Amino acid sequence: MSVATAAPPAAPPIRPQAARTRWSQRLSGQISNAGLQVAVLALTLAWIVPTLGLLINSFRSGGAFNTSGWWTALAPPFNFTLESYRHVLGASDLAPSFFNSFMIAIPATIIPTTVAAFAAYAFSWMKFWGRDWIFLALVGLLAVPLQLTFIPLLTLAVHFGLTSGNTILGLNAGFLAVWIAHTGYGLPFAIYLLANFFRVLPQDLFESAEIDGAGPVTVFFRLVLPLSVPAIASLVIFQFLWVWNDLLVALIYVGGTPEVAPLTVTLTNLVGSLGQHIEYLTAAAFVSMIVPLIVFFALQRYFVRGILAGSVKG
Amino acid sequence: MDGMTLVTARLPLLQVDWETLLSVNLPTLLFVIIGVPLVLVAYIVGFDVLVRRLPKRSQPSVRPWVWVAPAIAFVGLILVYPMIGTIVRSFFDRHGDTFVGLGNFVRLLTDHGILIVLRNNLLWLLLYPGLVILFGLLLAVLSDRVRYEKPVKSLIFMPMAISFVAMAIIWQFMYYYRPPDVPQTGTLNAILVNILHGQPQTWVQDTRFNNFALILIGIWGGTGFAMVILSAALKGIPGELLEAARVDGANEMTVFRRIILPLMMPTIVVVGTTMVIFALKAFDVVYVMTAGNYNTDILARRMYAELYNAGNYANASALAVILLLAVVPVLIFNLRQFRAVEARR
Repeated sequence: MSVATAAPPAAPPIRPQAARTRWSQRLSGQISNAGLQVAVLALTLAWIVPTLGLLINSFRSGGAFNTSGWWTALAPPFNFTLESYRHVLGASDLAPSFFNSFMIAIPATIIPTTVAAFAAYAFSWMKFWGRDWIFLALVGLLAVPLQLTFIPLLTLAVHFGLTSGNTILGLNAGFLAVWIAHTGYGLPFAIYLLANFFRVLPQDLFESAEIDGAGPVTVFFRLVLPLSVPAIASLVIFQFLWVWNDLLVALIYVGGTPEVAPLTVTLTNLVGSLGQHIEYLTAAAFVSMIVPLIVFFALQRYFVRGILAGSVKG
Repeated sequence: MDGMTLVTARLPLLQVDWETLLSVNLPTLLFVIIGVPLVLVAYIVGFDVLVRRLPKRSQPSVRPWVWVAPAIAFVGLILVYPMIGTIVRSFFDRHGDTFVGLGNFVRLLTDHGILIVLRNNLLWLLLYPGLVILFGLLLAVLSDRVRYEKPVKSLIFMPMAISFVAMAIIWQFMYYYRPPDVPQTGTLNAILVNILHGQPQTWVQDTRFNNFALILIGIWGGTGFAMVILSAALKGIPGELLEAARVDGANEMTVFRRIILPLMMPTIVVVGTTMVIFALKAFDVVYVMTAGNYNTDILARRMYAELYNAGNYANASALAVILLLAVVPVLIFNLRQFRAVEARR
């Protein structure tokens, strides 16, 4: 582009002026570039300071923590310690919740993803009565507050014994309640995301498969699924993080029952009950962040793609 | 008053029930991971065999229902049925047997406390989407011009991955308050006292700015989301268009105002509607930071309190319906947007 717009050799009298303009332009360009760098770095710094403060505090011993800010630890002597982490993990205050979070999040990801994949296939490649209206209703449900479902669902859960006070074949029934609830809550988004992806798959693919005599089941498992791995991956990441980070649904359906409570619930209880032991809260918070952060930094590409596909694009 | 000395207690020690964990929970987890997809696949394959036995003519009209049935059953049971139930329930008294018309709504909306709740929701509704978009746009446009765009975006996006509970804990340490005569350990008060030579503030308790303090936590968490979507839209703008304007002598501000902003408007609107829904659903931050005290309560948390602490199902249902009414405009907008996109396909 710049080659094409390069000026033809100018007449001698104009030259000094042109040179000056270019020089001053370059200077102002450099100033605004420096301003740009400063602005970006300042914003980034402002964004990471809160997390950085917590991270540093989690590696300080309790005494130092209560009397001086985290920034003082950045100057010598560096008294970093793993005390808080040892306490939080070693005394296994968080260990059961850590496991519970997996116990809740993994099924609450797998079930809606599978159910949504089948439905999304029908919505994008089959014709049936009311299809467009049902899909429109799902889009509408994306915006409905979950609060609207709590009371009747709780009543149902109590009626069928799906509460954290019961066990079914030894398994705490609270898990079942949370899995079912998260499946229902996650489905509209899951179907929406997958259907958007499925229906832009090339039509020829389906036609040639049909000519070869492949039925819908074969087409789905042999063509659609393998081609949709990126979309399914982003949905899995999205749903997993959503459930892992959820507080409200867990509070509603399992409350504070330690045998079922995920990390978010246990952490919230710690915030309420901690006073002198505030330093353990820092380590506890980081323990809860480890899994999402690993998932996030390892699979960021898919996560971003999921977000982009999920937003109702104009 | 100290920020976090409301209750001084020991760490609650949870006993790990290793036996249940290993003999019941872990096997169940493995069973669900493998079993549930298998059952669902068996369902699809099995019913397809049945559908094939039907007359060829009726197969195409039966088959789709096999595929969507599990989803419709879940959505119907978990979302649609309870929604209707709650709406009906909001017109009955707290025992659920006497019809009171709009009685619950009238009582709730004339209660003095609710005005503060509604005001707070309005604050969230105005500030949260607005500032998230402002920061998101700013960061998308600025980071687009530096070489280290990727790490910058990763760091700003990072709060998206963590829970609101963790965010709230992170910010407890930003807002931490200690009396003026001892060194400040909270980041904001330290800046205020040591650099700006001011008085330390109780950010979370002081009713003059505690709502803003809570909303700021949400903004910190949500900006990455807006930035990622807006940044993708920005990169979708053809470079020749911007180049042509610059060649014509337009400065960067004009390029932004006349070309970038109008072209990004549809995306900004989409992000805005998503943020409005987020703002209305905000629960965790307020629940963890203040439990609704110090005039920071919002509809979603109040509903939880009515449900769990007061056991008042009439009030809780009515509050949920108020929340629904608040999202209806967004919902309609979303549907129209969706249909417009469909029409263009």
